[in-house]
Amino acid sequence: MTPLLSVQGITKRYGAHIGCADVSFDLYPGEVMGIVGESGSGKSTLLNCMAGHLRPDAGAVVFDTRAEGPRDTVTMSEPERRMLGRTDWAFVHQHARDGLRMGVSAGGNVGERLMAVGARHYGDIRGKAVDWLERVEIDAARVDDRPTTFSGGMQQRLQIARNLVTGPRLVFMDEPTGGLDVSVQARLLDLLRGLVRDMGLSAIIVTHDLAVVRLLADRLMVMKNGRVVEQGLTDQVLDDPQHGYTQLLVSSVLQV
Amino acid sequence: MTQSPEYNFAYLDEQTKRMIRRAILKGLAIPGYQVPFASREMPMPYGWGTGGVQVSAAVLTPDDRFKVIDQGADDTTNAVSIRSFFERTAGVATTTKTQDATVIQTRHRIPEAPLGEGQILVYQVPIPEPLRFLEPRESETRKMHSLEEYGLMHVKLYEDISRHGHIATSYAYPVKVEGRYVMDPSPIPKFDNPKLGDCPAIQLFGAGREQRIYALPPYTQVVSLDFEDHPFEASKADHPCGLCGAEDSYLDEVITDDQGGRMFVCSDTDYCEARQAAGHRGKDAA
Amino acid sequence: MIDLSNVSKTFTLHNQGGAVIRVLSGVDLSVAAGECVALTGASGAGKSTLMRMIYGNYRAEAGAIRVGGIDLVQAEPREIIRIRRETLGYVSQFLRVVPRVPTLDVVAEPLRSVGVAQDEAQERAMSLLAKLNIPERLWTLSPTTFSGGEQQRVNIARGFAHPYPALLLDEPTASLDAANREVVLTLIEEAKARGAAIIGIFHDEATRARVCDREMDVTRFTPAHAA
Repeated sequence: MTPLLSVQGITKRYGAHIGCADVSFDLYPGEVMGIVGESGSGKSTLLNCMAGHLRPDAGAVVFDTRAEGPRDTVTMSEPERRMLGRTDWAFVHQHARDGLRMGVSAGGNVGERLMAVGARHYGDIRGKAVDWLERVEIDAARVDDRPTTFSGGMQQRLQIARNLVTGPRLVFMDEPTGGLDVSVQARLLDLLRGLVRDMGLSAIIVTHDLAVVRLLADRLMVMKNGRVVEQGLTDQVLDDPQHGYTQLLVSSVLQV
Repeated sequence: MTQSPEYNFAYLDEQTKRMIRRAILKGLAIPGYQVPFASREMPMPYGWGTGGVQVSAAVLTPDDRFKVIDQGADDTTNAVSIRSFFERTAGVATTTKTQDATVIQTRHRIPEAPLGEGQILVYQVPIPEPLRFLEPRESETRKMHSLEEYGLMHVKLYEDISRHGHIATSYAYPVKVEGRYVMDPSPIPKFDNPKLGDCPAIQLFGAGREQRIYALPPYTQVVSLDFEDHPFEASKADHPCGLCGAEDSYLDEVITDDQGGRMFVCSDTDYCEARQAAGHRGKDAA
Repeated sequence: MIDLSNVSKTFTLHNQGGAVIRVLSGVDLSVAAGECVALTGASGAGKSTLMRMIYGNYRAEAGAIRVGGIDLVQAEPREIIRIRRETLGYVSQFLRVVPRVPTLDVVAEPLRSVGVAQDEAQERAMSLLAKLNIPERLWTLSPTTFSGGEQQRVNIARGFAHPYPALLLDEPTASLDAANREVVLTLIEEAKARGAAIIGIFHDEATRARVCDREMDVTRFTPAHAA
């Protein structure tokens, strides 16, 4: 089986400081991987290197493209990479306003990716937008409202709809539940689980919330100081951590 | 009037004109592409046509006959002052007749009379970037142009339909040039959009404050963006001209009294006057 | 169906002076289809630890744990997940779910994840919940607010929703009244009858006597005794 994404030796330095160093792993279709670590551990740097937002100093990010099979996205041309970014890849930002157009209606936000890949029939675009709003549990009557009138949880769900409308195969998520109320988080997590299962999505989720990865991720990677200290099956890493840092991380979580 | 000896021909120095001509030639070579140029300070405020004036200055020759229109009219302040500016600094002949002019500087209209080969139409452009209102980052819009990522342009039209039930953008209606660059045609009414394409004249666009020049060479393919189920429509007020009776020209609505009286007249004054001189009369004609 | 050979386990506590705790060593166990084996031994002997190792939740230090022919000690995470989805069920003592998800969906989820249609999965979930005497008015609520006994029955319903060929049961009848215990024992008997290999921890003698074919005392693998 060909990995959907094969990350090989990704290294990113900021001058003398290490962003992330020599990170490698394979992600298979349908797998959800969590990346945890404290602030400054390099998890966001790694995510941005994988998603093509940052150019790594070394390493390859090989994606199994539909047309041509495995290709290194670091060395592919920018137009090709950006095309991936609006077709097979999706990126969910921590702050919905970074991933939405706040001056454009909910329907326009969802429709943008469709229009970007050539959809030119207003009725079809709007129909798909309404369908997706319903899938992320936003009332279809809100299709013409701007996201500025939405709650934080609704904005985040709208961002997810906007990203998934073109049927991507790989979703990058940066703290997708950060900044949301606990009750809103739960609803979002359940929604994401359902979408991942029903669409067969692969996902990479960066978070510092161990409860989020326990519920969403099949696999877990623990980072510290830019390096991977431990990785494996999520519940195995959380329940039977082998590395001292992971043991500290797990035992530091407040129990409720 | 003859040229005032204190000025170089057409105000600008020769090096500046060379620089602008290079930008124009590049623009003609890549239709619809916004070419940056070093816009000069002109003796008028930004927004009064500094871009158009610099382009006109760069293309004028002593043999040219120059016409200036502001929203179709030859007799408004802006048109009159730019016309006298070039009378004074270039000493060129001027005219109000579209057919007689070799260079026409315009703000927000394309003349009704068909243009011909050998004519140059110079547009004054306030904001050359059609993607500006949806994507404020210039670095990003340039990338979108270079990679032909124009989905966002349709988002604007989508928003129009979702809010108004139809594409309500009525001026500065975006077009795609030769299947490549999306271009802002300056704030002309969308009624004029069909005249942009397959036009025998050269069309030059100058944005002074924004320091951009772009161009359409003769007979360029220009298509107004739309949706399959909401096709582009060149619309105008559904009346004949009150003065000349023309049914096919773009009309201005003129309020005539405090009792709600109004009339519709051609925005192109030369076209209207020529028709009246030929004996055509509208219902409001004196 | 389930084969353990020479399995051992230690915990190294890096943040407590690197203390090494030896829990199990040299465990051999084989459970055939249709067979139920009870793990016995005093509290702390390592019954739950062994069960968690078989589920892949704890990492074995050495040895091999084969479920349906695949060694979970060596397997990639995605293989373990596939085996958990298709082959190996686990009823733990604690219910762990996404908050606010209705009980019916919690129970139906294992079926949904092996591709059973929504309606069919829900139907199966309903019949299990009814069988386990969970009042119908609770089905649309999240089980996180339920009593301990109710949560445990939801957990059991979830564990028995999909007909796994192998099952791990950690105290499935603890804190249940006689009527519900009887339902669970029947479910176990039915699972055995369809050929499931079962390893269980049962606190009471009577239950073991009724459903288990044999017992294995874990104490003999704990290093203190081995020494």
